[in-house]
Amino acid sequence: MEAIIALAIGILTACGVWLLLRPRTFQVVIGLSLLSYAVNLFIFSTGRLRVDQPPIVGDAAVNAAQLADPVPQSLVLTAIVIGFATTALLLVVMIAVRGTTGTDHVDGQENEP
Amino acid sequence: MNWLNHLPVLPIAIPLLAGALILLFQEQRRAIRIGIALVSTLLQLALAFAMLVLTTDAAPHFWSEGIGTYAIGGWPAPFGIVLVVDRLSALMLALNGVLALAVVVHSIARWDREGVYYHPLLQFLLLGLNGAFLTGDLFNLFVFFEILLAASYALLLHGGGAQRTKAALHFVIVNLVGAFAFLIGVAMLYSVLGTLNMADIAVRWGALADADRTVAATGAAILGVAFLIKAGSWPLNFWLPGAYAAASAPVAAAFAIATKVGVYAVLRLWSVMQTPAASFGEGWLFLLALATMLFGTLGILAARQLSRLIAFTVVLSSGTLLAAAGLGTPTMIAPALFYLVGSVMASGAFFMLAGMTERMRTTPTATSDPLQPWPTYNAFSVGEPPAPDAEVGIAIPAAMAFLGINFICCVLLVTGLPPLPGFIAKMALVAAAIDAPASVGVSPWRAWTLVIVLLLGGLVGLIALARAGMRLFWSVTDRNTPRLRVVEAAPLAFLILASLALSAAAGPAMAYFQDTAADLNSPDAYVRAVLGTQTQVNP
Repeated sequence: MEAIIALAIGILTACGVWLLLRPRTFQVVIGLSLLSYAVNLFIFSTGRLRVDQPPIVGDAAVNAAQLADPVPQSLVLTAIVIGFATTALLLVVMIAVRGTTGTDHVDGQENEP
Repeated sequence: MNWLNHLPVLPIAIPLLAGALILLFQEQRRAIRIGIALVSTLLQLALAFAMLVLTTDAAPHFWSEGIGTYAIGGWPAPFGIVLVVDRLSALMLALNGVLALAVVVHSIARWDREGVYYHPLLQFLLLGLNGAFLTGDLFNLFVFFEILLAASYALLLHGGGAQRTKAALHFVIVNLVGAFAFLIGVAMLYSVLGTLNMADIAVRWGALADADRTVAATGAAILGVAFLIKAGSWPLNFWLPGAYAAASAPVAAAFAIATKVGVYAVLRLWSVMQTPAASFGEGWLFLLALATMLFGTLGILAARQLSRLIAFTVVLSSGTLLAAAGLGTPTMIAPALFYLVGSVMASGAFFMLAGMTERMRTTPTATSDPLQPWPTYNAFSVGEPPAPDAEVGIAIPAAMAFLGINFICCVLLVTGLPPLPGFIAKMALVAAAIDAPASVGVSPWRAWTLVIVLLLGGLVGLIALARAGMRLFWSVTDRNTPRLRVVEAAPLAFLILASLALSAAAGPAMAYFQDTAADLNSPDAYVRAVLGTQTQVNP
């Protein structure tokens, strides 16, 4: 479980960073999305990874150490919403740049060949 | 129920409500929109100064030890989110209020008609700034960071044009990456500390096991990267000059305090994460800050456009503040705070001045397009843009003399020459740095390097600004004398006069800053106020 999550976070981050360094705005926005998935998974995993445990605590006495911490899960919800909103905002800016400069290069001009 | 108990939440609630209220009125009903924005900003200023008084010893019976707390939703700390007003928060709120008032009034003259939703966005920016200064919770700090960033993305685009949209794209991407760094840092800290409340962090930081300490320190370092991006520290600041130079004048002035949020957060982090064994940032912060100062100095020399030059002075001032924090001695903090207040007002005034001098040119540049209906009016279908009435309003006499005098004042402020507060702050910084090796055992190399770079930055700034001033005021033959209206000139004079007042009241102000520094250095009172009387910071 830990290995799979760690690998997933690592691969997402690596792909995200690589795409982020590309010159096209589309690649950059996909890179940022991948990075945000990696970050969200990372926050989620800091609340401990537990399988086969009840999600809701009943009346019976439970060992709290066996359960996942709910706070990172709520943090992740906030982070998802904020990341979603700012990515939407970024898309608007990208369309504006495409409209005003006529290119989808992040610097607003093509590199000299 | 005493309404005064709700004081700490008002600087967040007022701009939120005001911004939402302005949205209910159409763009054409400018008088109402401006009225709401002005009332809201004035209220925030008044509240900030009230809190400034309440945090001093003048009202010791109101808040215990001068630190006010407000539990949002009534959940006690550390389980709920708290707002905390201590001296540093109150100081930043007051500074923000002064600058915001100047920005709102300045933009009435022209800029709020250059695009849509200017006033609501500015209120939301104030909401984010006030919230960031008030919150006592690390994740809540992230939320307020994002609010202020979302507002600043839109404000940077305000006025339109290719240069602004390009700068905004870089600004958004860099800050999104910064937000991810912030989240990773917060998650790592939470995983070992089990809390996000800053006072609780201060309690648990000292009691960490060695294995956990490595993770916590790494988390704090990643968090620091996010703050340093915001503060404009080298090598994370290449977005800053472009963005600030491209922004419209009042927006750039409002951004002058946005970089200081990063510095504020670094100071807060330093306050709650002190370990007796290691210096804060392990010396890296100091080296980065020196590099920032050198980068700012070189940028000032190289810049050819006045607004770009001022953007580099913002970098220089951020570097100076970080260097003062990174030297790792509490004695540097009080002069640094003095410098912070002076430099924010100076850069705010300077950006406004640069916007006005742009109009002296007979050939408009890319950032100073005369009023062109910007396509957002159609895109947002809010009707026709309000008619430009550039010739209406009371003009001030002797516009050139006014601009010249204010230019000189701004130069004196940013380079640190007497009699303005820049000089007092710089002198206090130099004095504290020279004393530091003897009194608190800082390496003399570091202290003297800081002194040299500080003085060098002032000298280079003076050379570059004198050159820019000569080019601007003396050597141009085909310039217009701009018609300056009272509403745009008065805020500039207000900021300069406010800094003169700070200079005149340097004694009491410095005493307040020293108390602030003492509070930051030993967060015991902060912890007691937030968590209750029984808790103590572990040694």
